[in-house]
Amino acid sequence: MNITLRVNGRAHTVDVEPATPLLYILRNDLGLQGPRFGCGLGQCGACTVIVNGTAVRSCITPTSSVKGEVTTLEGLAQNGRLHPLQQAWIDEQVPQCGFCQNGQIMTAKALLDKNPRPTDDQIRQGMAGILCRCMTYYRIQAAIKRAAGRNA
Amino acid sequence: MNIEKILLEHSATPSRREFLRTSGRLVVGVSAATVVGPFVAGAGAQDAARGLYPDPDYHQLDSWIVIHEDNTATFYVGKTDCGQGTGTAFRQLMSDELDIAYDKTTCIMGTTDITVDQGGSGGSDAIQTDGWPMRRVAAEARRVLLEMASQRMGVPVAGLAVSNAVISVKADPAKKVTYGELIGGKKFNVALTGANIDATTGVAKVKPVQELKMVGQSPQRYDIPAKVDGSNKWAVDVKLPGMVHARNVKPPVAGAKLVGIDESSVRNLPGFVKVVSKGNYVAVVFEREEQAIAGARQLKANWQKPATPQLPDGSDGLFKYMRGATPTSSQTPINIGTVDSAFSGAAKVVEAEYEIPYQGHNSIGPAHALADPSNGQMTIYSNDMKSYGMRNGVAQFLGMPREQVRVIWMDGPQGYGRTAADDAGFEAAYLAKELGRPVRMQWMRDEEQAWDTKGPAFTVKIRGALDAEGRMTALDYAARSADYNHLGYNEPDTVLIAQLFGQRRDRPAAGSSAFPNDMYAIPNRRTLLEVVGLPLLWETPLRTGNLRDPNGPQSTFAAESFIDEMAFAAKADPVEFRMRMLTASTADDNGFKRARSIAVLKATAEKYGWQPRPGPNPNRGRGDVLTGRGVAYTYRNQTVIAQIAEVEVNRRTGRVWVKRVVVGHDCGLVVNPEALHRTIDGATQHGISRALYEEVAFDTEKVLSRDWMTHPTLTHLDAPQQIDVVLVNGDPNPNRPDLPHYGAGEAAMKPTIAAVANAIFDATGVRMRRVPFRKERVLAALNAANA
Repeated sequence: MNITLRVNGRAHTVDVEPATPLLYILRNDLGLQGPRFGCGLGQCGACTVIVNGTAVRSCITPTSSVKGEVTTLEGLAQNGRLHPLQQAWIDEQVPQCGFCQNGQIMTAKALLDKNPRPTDDQIRQGMAGILCRCMTYYRIQAAIKRAAGRNA
Repeated sequence: MNIEKILLEHSATPSRREFLRTSGRLVVGVSAATVVGPFVAGAGAQDAARGLYPDPDYHQLDSWIVIHEDNTATFYVGKTDCGQGTGTAFRQLMSDELDIAYDKTTCIMGTTDITVDQGGSGGSDAIQTDGWPMRRVAAEARRVLLEMASQRMGVPVAGLAVSNAVISVKADPAKKVTYGELIGGKKFNVALTGANIDATTGVAKVKPVQELKMVGQSPQRYDIPAKVDGSNKWAVDVKLPGMVHARNVKPPVAGAKLVGIDESSVRNLPGFVKVVSKGNYVAVVFEREEQAIAGARQLKANWQKPATPQLPDGSDGLFKYMRGATPTSSQTPINIGTVDSAFSGAAKVVEAEYEIPYQGHNSIGPAHALADPSNGQMTIYSNDMKSYGMRNGVAQFLGMPREQVRVIWMDGPQGYGRTAADDAGFEAAYLAKELGRPVRMQWMRDEEQAWDTKGPAFTVKIRGALDAEGRMTALDYAARSADYNHLGYNEPDTVLIAQLFGQRRDRPAAGSSAFPNDMYAIPNRRTLLEVVGLPLLWETPLRTGNLRDPNGPQSTFAAESFIDEMAFAAKADPVEFRMRMLTASTADDNGFKRARSIAVLKATAEKYGWQPRPGPNPNRGRGDVLTGRGVAYTYRNQTVIAQIAEVEVNRRTGRVWVKRVVVGHDCGLVVNPEALHRTIDGATQHGISRALYEEVAFDTEKVLSRDWMTHPTLTHLDAPQQIDVVLVNGDPNPNRPDLPHYGAGEAAMKPTIAAVANAIFDATGVRMRRVPFRKERVLAALNAANA
């Protein structure tokens, strides 16, 4: 079945089983590297992309259900300028291995888009479902606060 | 093809290629011909011409350092960076010795045919051990370049100065020549000496610490930008023409035998390529990834369960089994002093037993690898931290000459020891050879939780004696680990696929237990270390392997909890109690571990604002939330560490929050303080996760931890509000020019479980002697104490 996806501002038509999770289309058909397989169960968040402003787990999202614009980590930078969250991630030197950071950044983006000045507790709650096994949580939270201008 | 070319070819756009070129991730040609890898030295050149994969000769300077015509340098090192920033640190160390600006350098790591074999990662030895040959070869390159300049300019070396890769004449600074002009694009052809790679050296001596400029600074890690903008090429991202996707089908219960496979259950599924099985190993191969996932789920395989269940009944059953088992090894007790008479003459005797369950790596990205069998050779793209070992192991496993096998190391999810990345590499290679096509193996989450190697479970019994003055006069420590048949790295006869094939070692690895720290001046000590084996040794999901400081967190949880129990029994302040035992002896080792331990404990307590008093906390709070503090101290090799955890314990729910941690850390000469801070942050929170959450659940048939619900981990909700890292230089001569650099990848997680347990006691008066301290268990302990 042909499905047309809009990803990072460009339209792509792919011929796939409609139930195929979006993650595999993004990675294997469109060659994107931001969203990553972590659990396939929607539990860890490594596969997170933003669809119509909402952070979704692409590993459990049937491709045929995707109706809006998909933004991946690759699509955050605009005109060659990193998104403030990406810059904050560099400034705070957040990652250890970095494998989960796609989900951390994309979820933080959706969080800040809805709530530009979150409290500490709102950051913890908003990020609670995104796991990091190198345990960079402390620095991630610092980077979100930095991007939100809280410790500027 | 080489790694740079592969990476560049996989880089989608010219701008991204440019990014990769300039981000320091890659070295690419600076002249018309693309420079790929270091110049292959010696016989390797002929091998390369024959299409074989050489072993770069570590006795050739050209294997380590290439100077380009544009006066930049590339360093080739045989290490892997699992996310602690060691690559950045290597560049700092080597650029300092070479006298070149840090940002004019790049670093290539861990790919078997283009970088010398330094063993990849392990043992937190990257800076401690491997940093030395890197420094020495860079110093040698500087020496050779000075001699070349001397000849070229007709000025003795003593009359030359060097700065930022430019050599000038001291008496006439306008006369100068760059490294690139001297040797850019050409070979050094300089032989090095040394009995082994760690001892590799030239003639030049390394600089005294005072002359190092980049060491001690904190350049940002060069790998981070590509990891946050999505351009980084991970091992999971490599795609090759004709590549197919494989998934394993694991035995449903431990010890099950494969009786038959109904291939018709999957043969007509879209994208079907093959079902591969041998012994009890089963994998399905499909054209597309989602097809392989569906195929693995739908394959009908007939397994025969063992006549009786093969595993202990969960952790309760495990600990019971461990206490009753006859050890596979039982070390002769180490006796110092007269332990028994010390106990009989004691004013007070304390006894306690501690239990630590199996804990797993549970990598955020399950194990994976891509293997390419093109041209009768084998290339494996892997994040395995020991790429060199994988190359050798796979060659043996497949019966291929090792010259035909190489491993290209690429970034991947956490590498904190012997992970299933080893297993996935062998599986991909085996399948690729069977199919004659590139095969990508990817483990699923349930496999990772269930079948990844585990840190061994421990039971530790300790007795201690106090005299009438509250001094500790005896310590009797007996540790048992469930660690028989401990898996090494990339062993061709113990990787999981070999076990499932039916291969068995005559003598399984002995495994190990662990000592408590021996810096406390306790006059009478007995230490007994034992290892037990479970009834099912092979093809078991409860297989053990190195997990970040393999036995350290377990033994330190027990030993440092117990020291706290002794301090309580002596009505002493826990820091002062420890400090008294550290200062009661002046004997020290050649790394000044005692002096540095005293300095670290002192600095940690000062940073925390520690007010001396015995536990538990008299001002713990009156509401639902009780607060307390706990200290733990230890060392790992020569890195000394102390932590003070401050916790909140909710007495209605049992939830523990580690609100603040102070970490005192002395690893000698610090190369990159900011990167070190973050490694310590991560290791500390990893320790908190192991303290509060981590336990592999199982019943008598199988592992029940299959996802993140059944194997909880630390989350954002648990992150400490404050982590203070104090980098200590406790050397008696802190400015000595030969101050050594020690490892830092693991030390900070070693004392964390104990610090948290001690803080819970301080907050509640309840001693948690079994890991983890999940809220249900803490609540039950609180209720039991109040009953």
